[in-house]
Amino acid sequence: MTARGLVAPLLVVVAAALLAPLPLVIDAYWQSLVINILMYVALATAWALFSGPTRYVSLATVAFFGLGAYTMAFLGETLPWQAVLAASAVLGALVASIVGLSTLRLSGVYFVVFTFGLAELVRQLVTWGEAKFGGTVGRFIFVDITQRDIYWLLLGLCVVIFLAGIWIGRSRLGWALRAIGEDETVARHSGVDATRAKVLVFVVSATFMTVVGAIMAPRWTYIDPTIAFNPIVSFQVLIMALLGGAGRLYGPLLGVIPLVLLFEVLSANFPNYFSILLGLVFLGVVYFVPDGVAGLIGGGRRTTKSAAKSAARRAHPAE
Amino acid sequence: MYLVDVVLSGLVLGGIYALIAMGLSLQYGVARIMNLAYGEFTIAAAFGAYVLFSLAGINPILALAVVMPLSFALNWLIYRVLMTPLVRRAPTAGALEVDTILATFGLLFVVQGVLLVIFGGTYFSYSYLAIPVEVIGSTLAANRLLAALIALALGLALYLALTRTRIGTAVRAVAASPASASLVGIDTAAYAAFAFALGGALVAASGVLVSMFLTFNASMGVVFTMKALIVVIMGGVGNILGCLAAGLLLGLAEALGGAFIDTGLTLAINFALFLTVLLIKPTGLFGKAAR
Repeated sequence: MTARGLVAPLLVVVAAALLAPLPLVIDAYWQSLVINILMYVALATAWALFSGPTRYVSLATVAFFGLGAYTMAFLGETLPWQAVLAASAVLGALVASIVGLSTLRLSGVYFVVFTFGLAELVRQLVTWGEAKFGGTVGRFIFVDITQRDIYWLLLGLCVVIFLAGIWIGRSRLGWALRAIGEDETVARHSGVDATRAKVLVFVVSATFMTVVGAIMAPRWTYIDPTIAFNPIVSFQVLIMALLGGAGRLYGPLLGVIPLVLLFEVLSANFPNYFSILLGLVFLGVVYFVPDGVAGLIGGGRRTTKSAAKSAARRAHPAE
Repeated sequence: MYLVDVVLSGLVLGGIYALIAMGLSLQYGVARIMNLAYGEFTIAAAFGAYVLFSLAGINPILALAVVMPLSFALNWLIYRVLMTPLVRRAPTAGALEVDTILATFGLLFVVQGVLLVIFGGTYFSYSYLAIPVEVIGSTLAANRLLAALIALALGLALYLALTRTRIGTAVRAVAASPASASLVGIDTAAYAAFAFALGGALVAASGVLVSMFLTFNASMGVVFTMKALIVVIMGGVGNILGCLAAGLLLGLAEALGGAFIDTGLTLAINFALFLTVLLIKPTGLFGKAAR
């Protein structure tokens, strides 16, 4: 890797190092707000790792997030938290592989529909299993993790996600994903193993989401399937990534911060109208910022032509 | 006799699923709009029927005559105002699909939010024709049976209108190929708006029918959207008879699964069916080879 290639990873690490002492100097309210921001940064960036380049709109975010939360609820009292996080990552990767292998042959609306229902399906299965074998549906979580620990864990995870994103973006895998996003048929004919590339990155993205769920679970002290699998999370992640711009790694970050703050204000002041306002924000983003804030900065809507050109450039890199 | 009970109630349920999905099939198959706010409009119509029945004493069959034209007009407006800009800016069919999915998401939350503000989160129902009738040795609620029969009649009327009339032929031409349709002098934009609005009228009809026998609340729309999507995709996009077959299949699977496996797993059964069909035949039971 050249010296120039080290700039982006170094930036990520330095930014994280600067942000690390933050919870020591702010009070509980602000801590919970920055935890919220970090959670959505992690989820939206993980979402965009897969959905950004491939343009497959996934609504399954909360399915994995909820799985992670439930892993913590199940194992939190018996295993140390490091082991629980590892277990949630393994579980997330396993479920994502099964889902990916069976559904990534679907594209377009078929994929959206499937992921749309996946969270509901997992929620129903967990509810059913809990009622049948556990006796009760809800669970208490008593784990010795403080708000500060959660903040640091999330910050660390964000660093890992960004480094993974930088690496994927520069690798052959990232190139393959962008080719799939442009035109899957052409990509396949050019020798891209589309299924392998899609499943791999889908699993990576879903594993990160699962770990986020496991880290966040202790904040609730009590969870049930309606809390852990709340579909609003998937929608918010989607709209944040879109507002920021899912085509670039730093894009979702630009969408998360304004929207977390906006939703915070809205849910505090207009709790009854939250759904309507969320919908209006959604419509606003789709109609007025179709390429995201990052797209505005980067200049103009990414047309098929320019993307094809840049894909051609990447195919013959001038090294 | 138990099996007959289950099969019969499955078929009745399936008939209603088929109607719920037909509206979506028109909106997606002809107007190319993937309307994810679909279920919210079903629920809105159910609330409409509830209000008409409990405040004005208008029975749900008459309510159809009020709610369907209203929904037709509203959906026509939605297409003209909200969807036309997206149709204009989309470079490809795939891009339009993604854009409309996202836009109708926003719409989903707006409609759901409005319903929540007006009606709150509690469950609603009213009692209309809740009397048992006997059909081949098994008892069914009269309102369920009536709803299924009206659903079948509407489905049949739609099928005949599409295959036997000039307007129906034009609609099918737009569905098959918008570019060629405009070459032979069909105003594709107008027909797309018409199909979207007609789909909206059918959504409203299914909402009214469902309200006759189901307890519903403001946040139940997603369930209907899911079922409609599963039926449309299973039946083959834009295929009315496919809708009917897939709807009946889904209703049957749900009733049988609920009776013999576990009622807590209906969604899992839906999904298993959906995936199996797609893995065997990616374009649906009656779909064409490629779209």
